[in-house]
Amino acid sequence: MIRYYLDFEKPIQELELKIEELKRLNSGQDLNISAELDKLEQKAAEMRYEIFSRLTPWQKTQIARHPDRPYTLDYIKMLTDDFIELHGDRRYSDDPAIVGGIGSISGTNVVIIGHQKGRGTKERINRNFGQPHPEGYRKALRLMKLAERFNKPLLTFVDTPGAFPGIGAEERGQAEAIAVNLMEMSRLKIPVISIVIGEGGSGGALAISVADRLYMFEHSVYSVISPEGCAAILWKKNGDLGSADFSRAAEALKLTAQDLLRFKIVDDIIPEPLGGVHRDPKAAAEKLKEVVLDAIKELRGKSIEKLIEERYRKIRRIGRITGAPPVSNDNHKHPPGPSTS
Amino acid sequence: MAWFKRTKEQKADRRVKIPEGLWVKCDNCKEIVYRKEVERNLKVCPKCNYHFRISAAERLKLLIDPGSFRELDPDLASTDPLRFRDSIPYSERLAENRKKSGLSDAIISGEVLIRGIPAAVAVMDFSFMGGSMGSVVGEKVTRTAELALAKRIPLIAVSASGGARMQEGMFSLMQMAKVSAAVGRLKDGGVPYISVLTDPTFGGVSASFAMLGDIIIAEPRSLIGFAGPRVIEQTIKQQLPPDFQRAEFLLSHGLIDMIVSRKDLRETISRILTLLK
Repeated sequence: MIRYYLDFEKPIQELELKIEELKRLNSGQDLNISAELDKLEQKAAEMRYEIFSRLTPWQKTQIARHPDRPYTLDYIKMLTDDFIELHGDRRYSDDPAIVGGIGSISGTNVVIIGHQKGRGTKERINRNFGQPHPEGYRKALRLMKLAERFNKPLLTFVDTPGAFPGIGAEERGQAEAIAVNLMEMSRLKIPVISIVIGEGGSGGALAISVADRLYMFEHSVYSVISPEGCAAILWKKNGDLGSADFSRAAEALKLTAQDLLRFKIVDDIIPEPLGGVHRDPKAAAEKLKEVVLDAIKELRGKSIEKLIEERYRKIRRIGRITGAPPVSNDNHKHPPGPSTS
Repeated sequence: MAWFKRTKEQKADRRVKIPEGLWVKCDNCKEIVYRKEVERNLKVCPKCNYHFRISAAERLKLLIDPGSFRELDPDLASTDPLRFRDSIPYSERLAENRKKSGLSDAIISGEVLIRGIPAAVAVMDFSFMGGSMGSVVGEKVTRTAELALAKRIPLIAVSASGGARMQEGMFSLMQMAKVSAAVGRLKDGGVPYISVLTDPTFGGVSASFAMLGDIIIAEPRSLIGFAGPRVIEQTIKQQLPPDFQRAEFLLSHGLIDMIVSRKDLRETISRILTLLK
């Protein structure tokens, strides 16, 4: 099998190639080789554990973008017993960078929406590398409303470098499309669960992830700007930027699942198999299924009013400020903002 | 050489400051005009109607009834949750900008009267870190919207922003969801919200409260969009069409309701509020 290895995985790659070669030579009879194989495999596992237990934010960013990492449609396939993809925003076109449809997960009917990157050059281009146009966000909104109308929980998968910066996107109101989704998601009368499966790229990611529960896979990232974009702004060495700069920027942005859990911006982290989700997608999908079904069950136990009020408060308290809390006015339902110090 | 010349012009076009001195060169028509005359004219070029960028305080002065301003949350300030450091630490950058602008952050909010009509306003100031939205801008817009809802008075937001504030990372991004949720409550409550877009309005601000107004007004020739023109040019490697992302472009593409000159802003808003009553 041809695997794609990231730079920092090179020591593992060497070992694994050696293991595979030995395996090919040995059809199981030679005990000496078998013992050697066991030793090497153990060493590879240890090495992988060593590397993956202290990944830097930039390394995590690379894993989040790993070409072998499962995408939305892969998870849909692994998660659902039945799924029908639905297309188009009914206004302009169908954006392949966002997919969605109706499905069933272990007997629970849901609506699923997600960013979709492509595999292979042709599909990647067709899906615009997972960068949606306004019609993608409007298709997503149409499916959210469909979920609401038929009272189905909404599941969204986040995996995009960002909303596409292009002429057509601006002409058709990229900013408006994102803004409307943020507003509408905040008051959908159904449980909303979002999972960052890979790359959470700024507003283009947020536009489908205003949720009651926001989860991140262990090595996924979510950021206001890409490390590359951040580095270009901070250290304007046009064209001269390298991985050391991106690494510094990724560090500064605090974009890892672990940072964002600490900031209480995400609710929980879904652990990944050793070496990343792509090493064992089925195990990751099983874990994901468990998390999703638990969340649906819990959120279904709340009245719609409570659900929406709690979603508002959850979003409302995010921020770090100093100064006086809001003046209380006659409206005693006035929700508390971020804690001030 | 033709393309070379044009990019130079475009660049000059986006310059912000009115230089000190008796005379000012208009960024748009390049005419030399008397500075006092520009200032008397609400910082609009008397030759070509170009709207120079103005501060939040100047905006309030031309928008609301004199003496009616009651400021909300003047002491809200950003912390440095990421301990972010670019060329200097973010905390120092904040202090620098506070000193330079006399503002606590990139926005002023308050309760006001506009031709006698009570309203809640939030006005951004581009000179404070490019009008970027971090926790404070998000919180103040949200509080202003919540106040408007509680008192059932219209909300008017004036934007001028490069987008979300990178230095507060995901805290900034999440402000987009927060302000949009607050606007959603205003809509549910049937309280009018007028959004005024000024030069420039981009990124996390345009993709949240700025594009959610019941009525959206823009100043002439303002640059408004999601992605900045330079980012788009670098991505698609094509030259952008003339007037791309200008207010006039947005109007013709159906993205805003109207373009209103600075001198007519107060009058137009008061008429809208009266008609929506």
